[in-house]
Amino acid sequence: MSGVFVSRTIAGAVAIALILATRVGASAQEPATKAALPSAGPAMSVGKSFTEVGGEALYAQVCAACHQADGEGAVGAASYPALTHNARLAAAGYSVTILVRGLRGMPPIGRMMTDTQVAEVVNYVRTHFDNHYDDAITPEDVKAARP
Amino acid sequence: MAEASGLSRRKLIAMVGAAAGSAAAYQVMTSLGFAEESPYRGPIRLDGDPKGASVLILGAGLAGMTAALELHRAGYQVQILEYNIRAGGRNWSLRGGDTYTELGGAVQRCEFETGLYLNPGPWRIPYHHHGVLDYCRRLGVALEPFIQLNHNAYVHNTTGFGGAPQRIRTVKTDFEGATAELLAKATRKGALDAQVSKDDQEILIEALRSLGGLDKDLTYRAGDTSSEFRGYARDPGGGLSARPVDGAPMGLHDILTSRLWRGLQNFLLYEFQTTMFQPVGGMGRIGEAFARALPPETIRYGAKVIEIAQDGHSVTATYQDTRQGGAVRQVQADWCVCALPLTVLSQIPTQVGAKMKAAIDAVPYAASVKIGLQFKRRFWEEDEHIFGGISYTDLPIRQISYPSTGYNTGGKGVLLGGYTWNGPGSYEFTAMSPAERVRRAVAYGSQIHPQYRTEFETGIAVAWHRVPFTLGCAGDWTAAARAEHYDNLCALDGRIMLAGEHASYIPAWQEGAILSALDAVSRLHKRVLAA
Ligand SMILES: Cc1cc2nc3c(=O)[nH]c(=O)nc-3n(C[C@H](O)[C@H](O)[C@H](O)COP(=O)(O)OP(=O)(O)OC[C@H]3O[C@@H](n4cnc5c(N)ncnc54)[C@H](O)[C@@H]3O)c2cc1C
Repeated sequence: MSGVFVSRTIAGAVAIALILATRVGASAQEPATKAALPSAGPAMSVGKSFTEVGGEALYAQVCAACHQADGEGAVGAASYPALTHNARLAAAGYSVTILVRGLRGMPPIGRMMTDTQVAEVVNYVRTHFDNHYDDAITPEDVKAARP
Repeated sequence: MAEASGLSRRKLIAMVGAAAGSAAAYQVMTSLGFAEESPYRGPIRLDGDPKGASVLILGAGLAGMTAALELHRAGYQVQILEYNIRAGGRNWSLRGGDTYTELGGAVQRCEFETGLYLNPGPWRIPYHHHGVLDYCRRLGVALEPFIQLNHNAYVHNTTGFGGAPQRIRTVKTDFEGATAELLAKATRKGALDAQVSKDDQEILIEALRSLGGLDKDLTYRAGDTSSEFRGYARDPGGGLSARPVDGAPMGLHDILTSRLWRGLQNFLLYEFQTTMFQPVGGMGRIGEAFARALPPETIRYGAKVIEIAQDGHSVTATYQDTRQGGAVRQVQADWCVCALPLTVLSQIPTQVGAKMKAAIDAVPYAASVKIGLQFKRRFWEEDEHIFGGISYTDLPIRQISYPSTGYNTGGKGVLLGGYTWNGPGSYEFTAMSPAERVRRAVAYGSQIHPQYRTEFETGIAVAWHRVPFTLGCAGDWTAAARAEHYDNLCALDGRIMLAGEHASYIPAWQEGAILSALDAVSRLHKRVLAA
């Protein structure tokens, strides 16, 4: 075989728009923090499990790390899927399974939550971010889904 | 790297020994005495003519560049596709003037003074990581000691000792002194008669007395002997103020219930034992040196791989040229060494067999956050006499590490103001804006060093799940996943071979990335010669 690199632009391909990791508007440079302010804002968990209460707090302090505060996900060398208007959330069990078992690079963070917390955060995501799935799941459902 | 639980670490280390066998191709010999150490045994030799075969390498991290360097030396044509516009991958330093944009769009400009830096990822090298050390030597990367254990740094617990940080030296000495006294006295009373011979008991008592700082009647108490270990309430001096004052040891009950002993464990682990090293000027110097050692134009930057295909003759990678408006291009070669993180590879359509695909999908990535803080002065040295080393705390920042360079020079300094590894805090810090991470690190850290409140200037925070080129910190293998998938992950699949820290038994260490690449190219070379 040739042993020579073949490098080409795919014939006829329109250069597709570069998907920027930076979303316009969100990229304003953060001002450097200048002083040690007293601790304010939501408490951080102490110990090995999440101590947030309720779906909204769990989403904002845990899930938003990757899926972002607005549920839009993010794109870099690979991506975090947007949870907004996400048809995969239709089946209630899908998100529960991902939380307690992980999916590809995503860690099984539901293992650091109680059954109630997992149920709350799944119910929150399935009824927010333009998702309208009203069949709430219960802590018992979560318990049954754990590995 | 990982501040992982000691037990699983030790298990892994034992397994590294087992992996030595598979690396035999480039080992001169493995003696049992070395079986626990890195299987690296000196520069790899790929003898035989590859007849101009080409290898496409994906990712210019240490794994990809190790593969490229060695294959090039062996006569292959090599090319690397790299998403970033710099080489090194996780091997990276953030210096004053650098700009960093994380997933989600937040931009941070590093405002550190010239010469000061944060190593957001790898920052220390154990003496037994022979592969990393050998490449540093061959590529001219100067090293200096990284101080892991500093007896004068602190262990801190929000409830123990009223939340006051305690010197590692006193906690360690007093814990060891008190336990030595208990064991020595129990031995004397005959409590060990069933297990230990009389002769050995005498030697044991002598050893405990000698190593535990006990006095003649086997008691650990304030006095000359214990002061030689734990230090003094007032140090010996000169002239009329010369006479030292002994300090009072902490009570065993207080040490036990404060849980401060937990902060001592890392210092004992094989991975963190002295001597450790860091490159002078930042860990990123290693990646830079690798890139310089490659033939010009080997690395194509701004190339985001989006598909990998193969047939009986070649491998084709499709990528977006992010510097040309995302134009889609392809590169073809005879073989491929894919050194992309699994977080990324698991999302790229890749033409490999079901077993390798399952393995690629089986590894979640650890979460980690590092926060660098610049202060107007090196108060930890000037006020507290802490030169390098790490203070461990139960606060969400988990640790504060003092710079292992530029000691005793005055002026500004950057310390590592927080370093989390998995656990809830890693995700919570990641979910915050960078400015909030920094603000919290300053607020928490001021509980240990009140000087933070007046001396803090500027900070930068890297949350690894928001790092655009890895989407996570490092492969977080479980023993069960390893048993099922590891061999399939590392096997040659047609013309594609994987490499990277995830394809090693030393995950989350640069040594794992390098050893995986050496093992991959050795096996690939054998296959090419056999073709
Ligand atoms: C917080 C932290 C602390 C650590 N501490 C230590 C330590 O103290 N000592 C130590 O030795 N190790 C440490 N490590 C581990 C060390 O950083 C890694 O093991 C090593 O750098 C991994 O090298 P690699 O080549 O396997 O992967 P990487 O360095 O991640 O290389 C992969 C490359 O692929 C590129 N890429 C990704 N996606 C694409 C795409 N779609 N197309 C093209 N290119 C792409 C990336 O940009 C990157 O350059 C630490 C890691 C972290 C995160």
